Amino acid sequence: MEQKLYTITIFSENTPGLLNQITIIFTRRQINIETLSVSPSAIEGIHKFTITAFASEDLIQKVVQQIDKRIDILKAYYNVDEELVHQEIALYKIATPELLKLGSVEGLIRKYDIKILELNETFTVFEKTGHHAETQQLFKELSETVGVLQFIRSGRVAITRSKVERLSDMLAEIEKKCKTTS
Amino acid sequence: MKSRLSGTENFKNITGSEALMLSLLNEGVETIFGYPGGAIMPVYDALYDYQEQLNHILVRHEQGATHAAQGFARVTGEVGVCIVTSGPGATNAITGIGDAMMDSTPLVVICGQVGASLLGTDAFQEIDVVDVTAPITKWSYQIRRAEDVTWAVARAFYIAKNGRPGPVVLDFAKNAQVGKIDFQPSECKFIRSYQPVLEPESTKIAEAAALINSAKKPFALVGQGVTLGKAENELRAFLEKADIPAGWTLLGESAMPTDYPLNKGMLGMHGNIATNIKTNECDVLIAIGMRFDDRVTGNLATYARQAKIIHLDIDPSEFNKNVKTDVAILGNVKETLPLLTEMLQPNTHADWLASFAEYEEREYQTVTKKELESTDGHIKMGEVVRKVSEAARNEAILVTDVGQNQMMAARYFKFTKTRSVVTSGGLGTMGFGIPAAIGAKVGAADRTVCLFVGDGGFQMTIQELGTIMQYGIGVKIILLNNSYLGMVRQWQELFWNKRYSSTPMTNPDFCGIARAYGIKAAEVSDRVALNTSIAEMLADDEAFLLVVNVEPEGMVYPMTPAGETITNILME
Repeated sequence: MEQKLYTITIFSENTPGLLNQITIIFTRRQINIETLSVSPSAIEGIHKFTITAFASEDLIQKVVQQIDKRIDILKAYYNVDEELVHQEIALYKIATPELLKLGSVEGLIRKYDIKILELNETFTVFEKTGHHAETQQLFKELSETVGVLQFIRSGRVAITRSKVERLSDMLAEIEKKCKTTS
Repeated sequence: MKSRLSGTENFKNITGSEALMLSLLNEGVETIFGYPGGAIMPVYDALYDYQEQLNHILVRHEQGATHAAQGFARVTGEVGVCIVTSGPGATNAITGIGDAMMDSTPLVVICGQVGASLLGTDAFQEIDVVDVTAPITKWSYQIRRAEDVTWAVARAFYIAKNGRPGPVVLDFAKNAQVGKIDFQPSECKFIRSYQPVLEPESTKIAEAAALINSAKKPFALVGQGVTLGKAENELRAFLEKADIPAGWTLLGESAMPTDYPLNKGMLGMHGNIATNIKTNECDVLIAIGMRFDDRVTGNLATYARQAKIIHLDIDPSEFNKNVKTDVAILGNVKETLPLLTEMLQPNTHADWLASFAEYEEREYQTVTKKELESTDGHIKMGEVVRKVSEAARNEAILVTDVGQNQMMAARYFKFTKTRSVVTSGGLGTMGFGIPAAIGAKVGAADRTVCLFVGDGGFQMTIQELGTIMQYGIGVKIILLNNSYLGMVRQWQELFWNKRYSSTPMTNPDFCGIARAYGIKAAEVSDRVALNTSIAEMLADDEAFLLVVNVEPEGMVYPMTPAGETITNILME
């Protein structure tokens, strides 16, 4: 079956041990997590996980169902890139003397839309946000020209192209049900 | 379960341990299976004051506590409760917790844990129970403060029994056991991140009904979901309205009486040949509260490919997990089956039903007759099962261990009542039998409980004979002794060139062991003695061990080898 990069979005209660509960589901199905990003969501007390992984759709569907089944998970779903606006951030540490040997730093900065976070006699830190391919392209160019002392890239963060965050609708529905049961 | 709190209890300034007792009473708990130890002593001390209200059964090993609680839960439909200590107490309970997860059995397991200040320090008898049990529980939670006891217990019971049932672990830190609180009974009616039963979609019901109404050869697969949902009557109404024959999974066995005309028998590896062959002949397959386990389906690539598949289940993650469904109906079958039945046209499928008979006759001639009606040679396992079943008027609860004893029991025991099968289906846990039978008898004291176990499994949890002795638990243990690990030996005979690697067993004097525990016992090797001993065993309500020396190299047939097409059946 066709392997593709899927983005899995998970909303959960902020209870300890949830990351473990989620990752072991990937492990059991022999899927490597490519990127992972966790942070508080727009709704207080609810955390949002964004995970990317290569898999077939059939398998990713099963994994998402298994994640959704966990008690403290509010909602889990998956998307392909076309359904998302997504971004990653990368930091590059470069030796300043090497950088200065480049003819035009301005050209580089304009070409990649680089932000300079730190600059001193010894090293310079570039920041670039973009898709994986874009941050990788800059890494490649710097490696081949001035050399990269250190490099780090974040996990993907993503927002769906649909108008509302699905969670807010779902929560409203749940809260309504809660009132009718209690 | 109704709260058993009287309202007169003193709720002020009590320990977390006493709050646990009150919380258990509030959940309606009457029986606990457990084993004390260092990190759970405050709880056992509190239990000392609640001996009248809470019946604690001291097992001989924590694995026994979990299986006993499973047996109890399976026959009563209530939540089974265990209390064990930290570290090794908790790890010993793991097998039963995993078994309960696989077989959807509601359990609440309370483990002791070192005090919160010692967590993570490799303290004596500390183990990270929450993470160890995360993949094999519905919910696993560490109680670190006495204030959280009532909330966590209420939530644990809610999770264990609602939706698809399963085990919950509460890891109870010692400081929380001794901490003082003012007790307020807590109730859990709702968890915003967990909706146990979702609304069935009416369009799906209509689609399924249309498929069934146009079917010429419909066939239903009955799983434990019917028993768990208490939907036995709804199942019969459904099957009868459209005249649909049905087969059952191991855990779905007693949901229909054995002699019910639409009950066509067992599915899967050692199931009946008619049900397996018809699975691959039917035009509409209706799976009701079952999960298409590989022991039921065999090779998925050739499983029921000709049929439209309707799947009714409470757990959405089961849909399309193993078998692609055409129509998935989410919900408790107690609710979804009647909705579906309502939309069915009354129908008859006389020719289709009659077509099973040919295969039933073939199975009888090649397998069943030999297994049940032989008059010379060694006693066969199947005939023991059938004789015990009939001697108990087919009304007993069947408990099995795992292996040949289990398959023979499932094939030849007969049922007239629901909730009468306790067996380890998913995990296939040898050693399940004795403790599960104890739990079943405690849960259904007025019923006869017959355990079929092999000489291997019997010795895996043999120490629970002590529990039987201490509490006078009247289980009837039928040990099918062939001095082999029989099912492994069967595979070695069929697929490993008869190389009997580590399967022959030198066994002790089983009756002598039983008698040392004060349990009546008899050993038989011939048919006359077998009949007499069965009668003796069932004459009263006391525990009894009947050792039957059966044919050493007996085989369970029919058999579809693992991974093969379900219709590739070995008959001899």
